[in-house]
Amino acid sequence: MTGKQKKSPVLKVEDLAVAYKVRGGEIEAVQRVSFEINRGETYGIVGESGCGKSTVAWAIVNFLGANGYVKRGSIKFQGQELVGKSGEELRRLRGDQIAMVYQDPMQALNPSMRLGDQMKEVLTVHRGMADDEAAQHCIQMLERVYMPDAANVMRRYPHQISGGQQQRVVIAMALLNNPALLVMDEPTTALDVTVEAAVLDLIAELSRDFDTAIMYITHNLGVIARVSNRVGVMYAGEMVERGTVAKIYKNPRHPYTQGLMRCVPKLGADKAGSILHPIRGRVPPPTHRPAGCVFGPRCDYIQDKCREERPLLRDLDGIMVRCHFAEEIIASEWTPSEELALPQIEAVSSDSETILELNDLKKYYEVQGSSFKDVIGLGEKRYVKAVENANFTVAKGKTLGVVGESGCGKSTLIKTIIGLEGSTSGKATFMGFDISGDISGRDEALIQELQMVFQNPDSTMNPSYTVGQQIGRPMLRFGTVPKNQVRGEVIKLLESMRLGENYYDRLPRQLSGGEKQRVGIARALASRPNLVLCDEPVSALDVSVQAAILNLLLEVQQEFNTTLVFIAHDLSVVRFFSDEVAVMYLGQIMEIGPADAIYAPPYHPYTEALLSAVPIPDPTIQQKHIRLEGSVPSAINPPSGCRFHTRCPRRKLLPHGGKICETELPNWQITGDGHRIFCHIPAETLQTFDPVITVESD
Amino acid sequence: MAIAQPTAGVRPSRWQQMWKSVAIIFESRVATVGLAMVLFWLLIGFISLVWTPHEPNASDFIQNLPPNGTNWLGTDHLGRDITSRLMQGTQVILLKTRLPGDSEISIPGGVAIWGVIGSLVLGVTLGLNAGYRGGWWDQIIMQILDALIAFPRIVLYLVVIAALGQGDMVVILAITITGAPGVARLARSLAMDIKTRDYIRAAETRGESVRYIMFREILPNARGPLLVDAMLRVGYAIFAIGTLGFLGIGLPPPDPDWGNMVNEARRNIFSNQTAVIWPSLAIATLVIGLNLFADGLREELTRYQK
Repeated sequence: MTGKQKKSPVLKVEDLAVAYKVRGGEIEAVQRVSFEINRGETYGIVGESGCGKSTVAWAIVNFLGANGYVKRGSIKFQGQELVGKSGEELRRLRGDQIAMVYQDPMQALNPSMRLGDQMKEVLTVHRGMADDEAAQHCIQMLERVYMPDAANVMRRYPHQISGGQQQRVVIAMALLNNPALLVMDEPTTALDVTVEAAVLDLIAELSRDFDTAIMYITHNLGVIARVSNRVGVMYAGEMVERGTVAKIYKNPRHPYTQGLMRCVPKLGADKAGSILHPIRGRVPPPTHRPAGCVFGPRCDYIQDKCREERPLLRDLDGIMVRCHFAEEIIASEWTPSEELALPQIEAVSSDSETILELNDLKKYYEVQGSSFKDVIGLGEKRYVKAVENANFTVAKGKTLGVVGESGCGKSTLIKTIIGLEGSTSGKATFMGFDISGDISGRDEALIQELQMVFQNPDSTMNPSYTVGQQIGRPMLRFGTVPKNQVRGEVIKLLESMRLGENYYDRLPRQLSGGEKQRVGIARALASRPNLVLCDEPVSALDVSVQAAILNLLLEVQQEFNTTLVFIAHDLSVVRFFSDEVAVMYLGQIMEIGPADAIYAPPYHPYTEALLSAVPIPDPTIQQKHIRLEGSVPSAINPPSGCRFHTRCPRRKLLPHGGKICETELPNWQITGDGHRIFCHIPAETLQTFDPVITVESD
Repeated sequence: MAIAQPTAGVRPSRWQQMWKSVAIIFESRVATVGLAMVLFWLLIGFISLVWTPHEPNASDFIQNLPPNGTNWLGTDHLGRDITSRLMQGTQVILLKTRLPGDSEISIPGGVAIWGVIGSLVLGVTLGLNAGYRGGWWDQIIMQILDALIAFPRIVLYLVVIAALGQGDMVVILAITITGAPGVARLARSLAMDIKTRDYIRAAETRGESVRYIMFREILPNARGPLLVDAMLRVGYAIFAIGTLGFLGIGLPPPDPDWGNMVNEARRNIFSNQTAVIWPSLAIATLVIGLNLFADGLREELTRYQK
């Protein structure tokens, strides 16, 4: 807890209700939210999308828009009441005392102004500081957030620095006026995991040094565990539980929090920790919240009292929880209900036939230069080397997970396999047929065997056709099902996706994100393919839905004996799901092998860094602290030798500080059953590394 | 008017859904006013099919009369009743197209409507090919269309009519050719946006034909903006017909045509001012009505997307 002497909190929110006026009435987006934040404390607010997290933040900075207003309750900032203040007073307060950091740094920075000018403005406008002095302050602040070459950055435009650096600039800008309260709305969600880790370190450090109160909003329980001291869990516009991170993560009392904990993959020491249990149903929209307990319809412990009476927030061993029966619920005795029964993972016999084989597959994109020589076609041709020498095989009925940061070539790899792009060189065979060309050269029967599941649920379905039409189309196209039986087959598929017959005639706009993704999977399976390529199928979904989709994919795989290639940027998602994992960096596969082998030493130094960056929703787990420097180099001119050498933290283990890494490509080192590492460091040395993740036994 | 209405598939409460999609027109005051103006002229047109106060083409009255009890809007320079002529003038624009030859056969749908349908068909086909296929297709199609846009419209009309002579079909052709480049540009930009969506990737990984992807996957989703644009184009087409009529090369006589009426009345403007005003007012209100309707509809449709 934050000390016994009663300090007055920086921010005190009491019984807040925010409503939006809409056509035909108004919607109470947030109800009965109370919490307080003290100096030097980071307060986490966590919940799924549509739970009102951001609305709370907007209410504090009065950004509710033309149709939103605070309906009830009070927001006290340093003892001053903010509700009912005039716009001008609030504006001054916001600039001086309250600062906000948004999700997308590119949208927070003005693309047509130099960074220095944008930053200086904060000081010259709010403090009336002279230009030179302001510039000095800004440079100091940039250095404070570990921006390399700060003076130079001041002269650049936002697009000239990377996403992680942009977010640093935004944070530096927010801290310039030394605000008493910093509101951060998903500041790291748009960033890659290694960059996220560095920004989170920075936030934790700043809150210590500046003694600023931070309100940190995120959907990621792991991030909260890393940065904040106390946490409030929001569900359907209400705060259902709040308390210290240590207590809540160890022993969550509200069934929703318990459910959330069960449906996020934990990158613990053993594989079992990454089994996921989804929460059934979905977050009710603000217009259709149930009477009684808001979580009631999704709760496994629901009783009559929950349907009738709204529970009040009450104290239970230091945790405030909004549940009638919190004492009686014991999380450890929870068993998944019948309808959420987990797919049984049976080991597929390892000697099953190889279905997909890639040999030195390359995909280069030609880039058009801008010089006169390039335009008339005489210039030297340059290429983006998106995939370099991909070598692997996938056995029938198995899952290959491909992980890596954005821009590492994962998507290009599967686009090449499925034939949206032709390969540049190398060989790719699928069921004995050559698939190195693009789709126009492929046989119909071959096209049918390769299907894909897409990332974005909002664009995976054509908005103009019903669910039934879209799933039925591949069946008609490939003639897998006679015309008069298509409807029956589609309904069968819908049922195995846990969607009923009544979904047949629905249009995509009537479905939620998770449902759209299920339909996307059903469509991919409709032609009964042998290989399904999944391009981040869950990364755009809420955690509780994500778990359900992953379990569904597993189930489907068993039922149809489908082979899966599964792309993800999240190492923890891939772990439970995949039989084999490939780690990619800048178009090059760095390490590949059975899933268990990837998550234990010997690691490739890049895999090690990735693992140590993943936020784990368990404060008791110890993670090694490895942070990569700089950003991913351009794929047009990838570093010579080992592509990772510019950022490799382990290079110095080699003689001469790893000179060999700069000049020569490493060899594949085979360390075990199918486990290969692409590194100069001898496998024996890699073997001596400690595991990244250790569980403290207490 | 059935813009947001889903097409295929039989669903329960179809009428309700249709009403819902029509009802968004009334969310916008602008669209409601525009619709009222358009419906007013449509109603006039339908009435004129069965009844007009007097015979529109007969010189039954004294020339150049001001508005009075018998001739509500006065008479023109040949002693014809302006009210009746104005009413019948809506027919050629919105309701019927006379086939070439001396036959009295006419097909439903006015010259403006068919002209816009023609430019939609031509423009959408070219635009989808340019936008979806890209590369050389795009270059060649768009260069040709840009060259066409570079000509002043009136010159294009004159070229078409000089080459083919007068007639309803020729005017339709002229409107089609001048309208197609604009439609093609819009269709192209929509196709370029829509083709980046994942469902197009899904169709491609199914090995669908280019034609299927263009017309079955992309076109239904480009429908909204294209229809709003078409509505504006009906307005432009009415304008174009008026212009051609004024120049004396539009729809052939003797049936009344608003543009022609303005042209003829112009000669007697010093003795009878009102005869110029009525047809001008008719053109203006119909075009403005269509514009307001299209604008209001676009506003509502884009609001619903958010």
